Amino acid sequence: MYSTWPCPLHDGGMADEMVMGADTRRKRRVLIVAPLLDEANKFRHQLAEIMRRLDVLGLDSFLPDLPGCNESLQAHEHQTIEHWRTCVQEAYFQISATDILAVRSGCWLVPTDARSWLYAPVKPAQVLRSLVRTRLLSAKEAGKQETAETLLETARHSGIELAGWSLGPQLVAELENAQFSPPPGSQIIEHEMVGGKPLWLRAENDWDPTQADAIATIVSRGASDK
Amino acid sequence: MTADTATAEPTGPSRSEIDQTLRAILRDVLGLDQTQVDAFDADTGLFGHLPELDSMAVAGLLTEMEDRLDIVIEDEDVDGEMLETYGGLLAFAEAKAVEG
Repeated sequence: MYSTWPCPLHDGGMADEMVMGADTRRKRRVLIVAPLLDEANKFRHQLAEIMRRLDVLGLDSFLPDLPGCNESLQAHEHQTIEHWRTCVQEAYFQISATDILAVRSGCWLVPTDARSWLYAPVKPAQVLRSLVRTRLLSAKEAGKQETAETLLETARHSGIELAGWSLGPQLVAELENAQFSPPPGSQIIEHEMVGGKPLWLRAENDWDPTQADAIATIVSRGASDK
Repeated sequence: MTADTATAEPTGPSRSEIDQTLRAILRDVLGLDQTQVDAFDADTGLFGHLPELDSMAVAGLLTEMEDRLDIVIEDEDVDGEMLETYGGLLAFAEAKAVEG
């Protein structure tokens, strides 16, 4: 179930990162791209449930760690969206994936030429805004006064820790300025197609068997059409 | 599903829409049941009353309000009063919707 994959690093090196997978060399091989930051934790269980269902439906699937994420030993503050995108492209080739299922901010990392499903993609600026807001609210509770402007000014030059995540200056700039648009070859899975309460909004981690069924079914049907 | 607002005053359709959207956001963000959010009235306590609404959940709540209501919430807008009761939060959302 768990193995490693050789992942490119931002400094040109390579490191073994963990990959969770159900590999029985079937025709359809789905690369799962998890959300970044806090939503990675919120979705971990749900992603495992989706992978179990894909397995039952006859599809192999793989969930690789990206550098700085999950069990990776790489520092999060050195990571960028641009490099994570390179890593996803590399994982796609190494795994010989036929399809990609990306979730939320993971949708930003999908290569343009891949057949992909993008579940409930989010805007980069919205993610940054939410992180800054969490920091401001925590500061306020602690009796400290901070403003979004001064925090972002610092972040652009020397990076920042927001809600427990160390963001380097390039990642901050990417979150602030990147415009997400679905790449050619992708299909959006809107949450309305899945139904139920969106898991990324939950304060506590949760999972939902009905939603996992719906997402796995959409991906498996799409795959068998081709 | 009713379209009653949190106040007893007569309301227009857009106000009901904001009310319904706000209830749905609270349901989704806080993991509440639909029946629980349907029963909210203007005096229903939120921050400090609902254990689900901690500061992390407040950040999620505000971001989701911006997204679904197409409003912008400035950080200085956020105070204890707007989050204290459902009526206060609805009045805030309505005022922001008018601004927008």
